[in-house]
Amino acid sequence: MKIKTLVLLGALALGLAGAPASAKTFRYAFQGDLNALDPYTLNESFTLGALGNVYEGLTKRDKDLKIIPGLAESWEIVDPLRWRFHLRKGVKFHNGEDFTADDVIFSTERMRSPGSQLTSRAPADMKAVKVDDYTVDFVLTTPNPILHYEWDTWYMMSKKWAEANGAVQAQMSSATSLNSFALKSNGTGPFIIVSHEPGVKTVYKPNPNWWGKVEHNLDEVTFQTIKSDATRVAALLSGDIDMMDPVPVQDVDRVKASPNVMALIGPELRTIFLNMDSFRDELLYSNVKGKNPFKDVRVRKAFYQAIDIEAIHSKVMRGMSVNSAILISPLLYARAGEFKRWPYDVAAAKKLMAEAGYPNGFEVEMDCPNDRYVNDEGICQAVAQMLARIDVKVKLNAQPKAKYFQKVLATSKYDSSFSLLGWTPGSFDSWNVIANIIGCRDADGKGAAFNLGGYCNPKIDELNKAILVETDTNKRDDMIAEAFRICHEEAGIIPLHQQSLIWGVSKKVQIVQRADNQILFYWVKME
Amino acid sequence: MLAFAIRRLFEAAFVMVTVALIAFVVFRFVGDPINQIVGQDTSIEDRLKLREELGLNDPIPVQFGRFLANAARFDFGISYQMKQPVTAIIAERFPATLELALAAAIFAVALGIPMGVYTGIHRDSWLSKIFLTVSLIGVSLPTFLIGILLIYVFSVWLGVLPSFGRGDVVRIGVWRTGLLTTSGLKALIMPAVTLGLFQMTLVTRLVRSEMLEVLRTDYIKFARARGLPERAINFGHALKNTLVPVITVIGLQLGAVIAFAIITETVFQWPGMGLMFIQAVQNADIPVMAAYLMLVAFLFVFINFVVDLVYVRVDPRIRILARPL
Repeated sequence: MKIKTLVLLGALALGLAGAPASAKTFRYAFQGDLNALDPYTLNESFTLGALGNVYEGLTKRDKDLKIIPGLAESWEIVDPLRWRFHLRKGVKFHNGEDFTADDVIFSTERMRSPGSQLTSRAPADMKAVKVDDYTVDFVLTTPNPILHYEWDTWYMMSKKWAEANGAVQAQMSSATSLNSFALKSNGTGPFIIVSHEPGVKTVYKPNPNWWGKVEHNLDEVTFQTIKSDATRVAALLSGDIDMMDPVPVQDVDRVKASPNVMALIGPELRTIFLNMDSFRDELLYSNVKGKNPFKDVRVRKAFYQAIDIEAIHSKVMRGMSVNSAILISPLLYARAGEFKRWPYDVAAAKKLMAEAGYPNGFEVEMDCPNDRYVNDEGICQAVAQMLARIDVKVKLNAQPKAKYFQKVLATSKYDSSFSLLGWTPGSFDSWNVIANIIGCRDADGKGAAFNLGGYCNPKIDELNKAILVETDTNKRDDMIAEAFRICHEEAGIIPLHQQSLIWGVSKKVQIVQRADNQILFYWVKME
Repeated sequence: MLAFAIRRLFEAAFVMVTVALIAFVVFRFVGDPINQIVGQDTSIEDRLKLREELGLNDPIPVQFGRFLANAARFDFGISYQMKQPVTAIIAERFPATLELALAAAIFAVALGIPMGVYTGIHRDSWLSKIFLTVSLIGVSLPTFLIGILLIYVFSVWLGVLPSFGRGDVVRIGVWRTGLLTTSGLKALIMPAVTLGLFQMTLVTRLVRSEMLEVLRTDYIKFARARGLPERAINFGHALKNTLVPVITVIGLQLGAVIAFAIITETVFQWPGMGLMFIQAVQNADIPVMAAYLMLVAFLFVFINFVVDLVYVRVDPRIRILARPL
């Protein structure tokens, strides 16, 4: 009896297979979840991108990442310490309320509330002052030429609505009770979230009252998480979804071979690089005692020149990377082209090692994440093998990101001698890299906290301070170039590459792939 | 009977506390949740402050005590990642896993027992050989591979079944079921087969060997000699007597199927607890991990308890022995 029922059910199910989804529904999938909808609780590009379809900042970024007006129609620098923003009139939140200066002031306060992860969006001593309903002044204590660089992802929220929903502060990570707000949204953007089940499915509908010019032709958008790489690829190939991110490097050829889908490949902003501990007097994980070989520029340069970046590009990354000579993407720094990598040259590297007093090399342990960046463990294995050619014996310690970051960051006093890290400057500006990655730090992480190796040149620190307040673009770019040049000359940190973005997209879909990896469907057109 | 139940209850409590303790010791090695909560640009001071606020700097016994006290009130805290109460997340995810596990178990039993009986009776027929070979493949291939294989055949190639997810669900009270919609049932087929294949093989082989054993016994010979029809002998007498070990195994395997649906759920992006757990491990989301492990421990304890009770019903000898001597 039971068997009969099962067979019947199965037959029924099979018979009804193959009903197509409605024509203008854009279905996309990502490897990670969209969790809380509070736009201030997670500073991470996928989440900010997903919410960027629903919420808007004072500024926006266009298809090439150029800053364009958003909820502010225009702005001017009245004097170096006062920026004036003129708000767009007639903008309404999804619940019908008008967007006004009060919402900007409120969003400034909320951005600084204890649970917010966006506090770095503006200087802590910046004041927001309402001039009239559609004009806001931001008053600074020191000049800041890049004040508004990250404001495209600092989304404006409705004051009234937040107050009515108990969402005046961002959800605290340590809270023991739930902010009911975490699963609701009320933005001004081109799409409205209709339903949201974290980790399962999110449905969006176009906002009929949006202020901007509609560039998409969608009736509905659904987002689903698909964690497993192989399943995500299969879902795309079978037509169950129209777009997915990322395509695993090893599946790119299969996606390309399919008649219905394509692989959209473009440069990503994140730079991958190697840190050597040149801070301590003796390395924690090495057989060299009493001194630190990485303090010697010759050893660092030998490491640099021993790395065959072309082999990493073609073998490990299968061509899906752009080799880099500096620690920022060329898309974010116009003068990146002036820099050339130290050439791959094993003989020169060996000579440098001998000069530095290590003709027979030494042993060092390398820390590496294995689930954070594209083929991160593979890159580390390749580096270890390449260094063996100059007799450096690398003991590789590859771990999941939760373990890896616990070990290498300041919170554990940089408990590592040699490690791999990736960094995207949140502001899309070089200063962020200099201030976080290249500048000096102390043993506890005061200063450039993510300079894991503690490489330090006081000249870079001086430039760091000067760049921050320099408002003349040319002078500023010169100083940035100088800082990058010093780090390059001294091989303080070894840059490797920018990994590629690889999206799998149905041939029915036209989509804009922005280098910051935000999936913005207000630019999607479907056949 | 009552004394038996009470004794079991104490054992259960002991098992649960032990699991919680082991889990807490293990959590020290899963890594730091802080870096998964904060953004890249969050300062070191803020990270340290958050650690303090989450109570991660307290000694393990203090953390453990706090966890036990809260768990006793069914409060498992708020997920670091999802910013929702863990109990709510589990309530949301549990139906998906249970439906999948039951479908897999029904598949395993409904196919496994007849196949086991058949191969037990007709030892040398070619059909038996096919059954046994196929079932051997079922155990030797890893779940992950079977899942991907099915997806490529039925979704990518034939295009008849959805490649991932649970389809549309219907909410009945707190329970969200996928069993009432066509897309839900279609989505259930491949995950259930993938998850149940191993259990089906196990049941087939178990029933077969038990049948071979029983068919050799004297009472079967006497039944034959009495001229009872084959059907009555095979099913009424032989099969019934093979069922005690089969029930034990099915019971324990049901626990295993619920608890370890992790791989199947990941392959099919089935929104159940296994998927939730994998995500939690990667992000060191301790509240979710703790609650999940406790739930799994509870399930095993509970299923074992039920199996013991069922034994007593099926096998009268146990009932007699269970009486105080």
